[in-house]
Amino acid sequence: MTKEYDIIVIGGGHAGCEAAAGAARTGAKTLLITHHIRTIADMSCNPAIGGLAKGTVVREIDALDGLMGRVIDKTGLQFRMLNASKGPAVQGPRAQADKEAYCAEMQRLLKGYPNLDIREASADDLLEENGCICGVMASGTVIRAGAVIVTTGTFLNGVMHVGPEQTAGGRYGEEASLGITPALKRMGLQVGRLKTGTPARLDKATIDWSKCMRQDGDVPARPFSFMSSDFQPEQIPCYMTHTTPETHKIIEDNLYRAPLYCGQIHSVGPRYCPSIEDKLVRFKGRDSHHVFLEPETRNGNSIYPNGISTSLPKDVQEAFIRTIPGLEHVRILRYAYAIEYDYVDPRELKPTLETKKVSGLFLAGQINGTTGYEEAAGQGLVAGVNAALQVLKTGRTLVFDRADSYIGVMIDDITTLGVDEPYRLFTSRAEYRLTIRADNADLRLTEKGIAAGCVGSERAMAFRRKKQALEQARRLIQSMVYTPKELQSFGFSVNSDGQKRTPFDMLSYQGVTWAQLTSVWPLLKSITPDVAEQLEIEGRYQGYLARQQLDIEAFRKDEALKIPEDTDYTEIGGLSNEIIGRLNKTKPATIGAMMRMTGMTPAAATAVIGYLKRK
Amino acid sequence: MPENLSYCLTDTIYALSSGLGKGGVAVIRVSGSRVLDVVSRLTGLTHPEPRYAYFKPVRTSSGSVIDHALILYFKGPHSFTGEDVVEFQVHGGRGVIQAILTALGEIPGCRPADRGEFSRRAVINGKMDLTEAEGLLDLINAETERQRVQALGQMEGVLGRLYDNWRDRLCHHMAYIEAFIDFPEEEIPPEKLAGIDEDIQSLRTAIQNHLNDGRIGEKLREGFQIAIIGVPNVGKSSLINALTHKNVAIVSQTAGTTRDVVEVHLDVDGFPVILADTAGLRERADEIESEGIRRAVQKADEADLILHVQDGTLYPAVEPLPPGLSLKTVLTVWNKADKMREQPSDVMCVSALTESGIPELWAQIRTVLERDFGRRDNGMITRERYRTALAECVRSLDRALTVSDLELKAEELRLAARALGRITGRIEAEDLLDVIFRDFCIGK
Repeated sequence: MTKEYDIIVIGGGHAGCEAAAGAARTGAKTLLITHHIRTIADMSCNPAIGGLAKGTVVREIDALDGLMGRVIDKTGLQFRMLNASKGPAVQGPRAQADKEAYCAEMQRLLKGYPNLDIREASADDLLEENGCICGVMASGTVIRAGAVIVTTGTFLNGVMHVGPEQTAGGRYGEEASLGITPALKRMGLQVGRLKTGTPARLDKATIDWSKCMRQDGDVPARPFSFMSSDFQPEQIPCYMTHTTPETHKIIEDNLYRAPLYCGQIHSVGPRYCPSIEDKLVRFKGRDSHHVFLEPETRNGNSIYPNGISTSLPKDVQEAFIRTIPGLEHVRILRYAYAIEYDYVDPRELKPTLETKKVSGLFLAGQINGTTGYEEAAGQGLVAGVNAALQVLKTGRTLVFDRADSYIGVMIDDITTLGVDEPYRLFTSRAEYRLTIRADNADLRLTEKGIAAGCVGSERAMAFRRKKQALEQARRLIQSMVYTPKELQSFGFSVNSDGQKRTPFDMLSYQGVTWAQLTSVWPLLKSITPDVAEQLEIEGRYQGYLARQQLDIEAFRKDEALKIPEDTDYTEIGGLSNEIIGRLNKTKPATIGAMMRMTGMTPAAATAVIGYLKRK
Repeated sequence: MPENLSYCLTDTIYALSSGLGKGGVAVIRVSGSRVLDVVSRLTGLTHPEPRYAYFKPVRTSSGSVIDHALILYFKGPHSFTGEDVVEFQVHGGRGVIQAILTALGEIPGCRPADRGEFSRRAVINGKMDLTEAEGLLDLINAETERQRVQALGQMEGVLGRLYDNWRDRLCHHMAYIEAFIDFPEEEIPPEKLAGIDEDIQSLRTAIQNHLNDGRIGEKLREGFQIAIIGVPNVGKSSLINALTHKNVAIVSQTAGTTRDVVEVHLDVDGFPVILADTAGLRERADEIESEGIRRAVQKADEADLILHVQDGTLYPAVEPLPPGLSLKTVLTVWNKADKMREQPSDVMCVSALTESGIPELWAQIRTVLERDFGRRDNGMITRERYRTALAECVRSLDRALTVSDLELKAEELRLAARALGRITGRIEAEDLLDVIFRDFCIGK
């Protein structure tokens, strides 16, 4: 039977959108299956994109010509650079989204995307032949394809909890996806269960805003996408309030009714995005926690109270929310809930996000144990592009590592260490974070994307122009050489050590900015702002970047040592059964990945290296 | 020897662990996954109880008895290497040892151990850290009481714990800084950060103090140098003979050429002392002699104590110290006291001939040793490798204290912690392991 599509993507969340677009962009005939087209790219939880590390991931997706950055730039309500007072390596762009506009814009782009069809259907089963995926059973119809990408998120066997009430479903008001889990289990994949949650939604008109603190966006706002120019969004404020001792008392008195604590929920939730009852239990002694009131749309009446997600019963939610200043008379539009869902042990995955057991089956997003729209979207892009490269028999892959991107850090973390709670990215997870920053995502990744074939010509051209300008600017600034005496006369405090320095070197001195350089050397004003920003940051970190580059080279040496997929670990003498079990489960792709596995001992590592050398 | 012994970790290794040569008992140690197979093939014992002594005949593969042996089986990880280990105590004749080693070599998967391979496996399997392994090596090589005490402390983890503790402190601060960076909206009180610089400063001071130890630990490992210098014919060689005649044990004597430096290793109250006789210093000398003099000055310059020998018959005419010698602890010794008309009480007069004054000179030397090197701190730096890493750590801490950007502070702390981790071997540095274990001898 002939296949109708090269690739089928199951799920229209943030992973599914990038997966479908990535596959189609790379040249594969792609079908996106979703329960409802109108909820494609819906934000199930907070109406925001980006943040620390996450914002960098959005930039990385954009550098690979993905959609998320451009869509949020068009539909954002407020843009802020987090950690703006700290250095550029730990800053992250974040935006409040108009979630309806975001969905609409994403749907518009996908509907017009070449090579991509969208179909409303329920994926009931995965079809497999001889260890290879061959299609999907969707609402009773067989659709054949060369590869399938599953991005079912919280819909996979989803169960929502509001106090004692349990409802099957993938999101408020939407049915769960039930057929996929049995198929995954049948194929031998390890399936577990995780939990996440979302707060209530509040009626804007019933909030006393005078009791809340206003928070405005940055002016000027900075876009996510390297392709967004003339960026002048119309921004609206957010507001901040806080929980009170009364709030805490109500929650503590009713803890026994929280599904999390009464034994109704057994799965593990994200430590870094805790429910309010979780926060109270964990940070005893704090009598107040911030609550951010974020608009869900520009003109609608729904407000997202960031910081009080919960699964307590409705009456408790009503009671505690009204003890928060400004919310005394608030009307709850929708109650908070916790949701449990299935995930697949990500150690089942290769760095391309294809499962090791089933050829052509790719997984992306929350199904891999991560949390967050950005984490999901980043994986979606990797799965989509690699599935396409595979089905189109290009012989290429698009694989990232810990030294080139946060996407690489994330995929390496989950595929080598597995997850025991929903995985979220942080800058501290990236050992090379001075090198992999939000500002240089294009310089790190676009070339790689062009080589893989997932970057369109418009972006490729823009990128090459920028790169050329950057190289030109580098040559210029490095050619301007001055003695300490000259520099001192310009007002720089330089040691009189006879060593000649360039304006670029001056940037590594504390407090020296690009603006200062251009006032001394007006010639530098000819350099465009995006290029100047690069030089300023590279100059500021120059010593550190050079040292990190040496570390990265050592790291890449280990990464270059590939372990054959068919390695039989039982054949290696001297390994404990536990280690053999771990190795068989993870099947690390490289020596470097093997050394990073939990429970890996140097002895076992050297035994494997020795075995591979002898072979 | 294979190009990199780490690649053969799956082999079972064996070696003679007791000293070479004829002895009452010899110990042959075997470690690795095939130990039980080894025991059963050599002795017929199939399920040895760990930590029990068995007395059995050891046989060749053809069944003839080699010797009767005491057999001790240790089940991994509760063994020296962390692997299964068996020790055969046999009669210490060369013939017996050779026959057993040959029998072991015939067992598939078994091979002779490389230098330090048992200790190396112990480190790799987490039975000890690198400083502890190096302490073990020092203990094996210890020639004097003070060396033994220092090595034992290190083997028991005194240094390893100190460095790990410092590293833990750094990691603790790093965690706070990271939280501050990654959770800007999570209301982390800034006071949490305020104490960090203060503690980094105090940690820096502690490490610097540890570095400013006068290299006592390294000296104790390597021996204190006492250089005897003086113009020709003041009796330097006879003084050395007199000094080594009594009260001290000669550990070894390495004779160079007559024009070179002659060293005698002594054990002085537990201090390892290297007494170096040097060529006579004089201004007009031929080419070969000049080279000898150059070496003598160099030796004297490296020494911890200089005995400057003067001709007592010329008293009080003093021969000056050669130029180019930095300020040192110098004891001026007037030799040939037997030929001096008077012996002033405020100067050290000895006679290498009659040995008068020698005990007094030793007492002076002991005073200097005790004063300069007698400190018995817990955990002294014993190797240049530690010193380099600690200095690197201090440099990173200094930078951590001056940079204002939090992310750079975090980076410096990470580098500082990594430098400390390198000492105890927390970093999987294969190259480093190779260098370190090259110093070990076979069977350890």
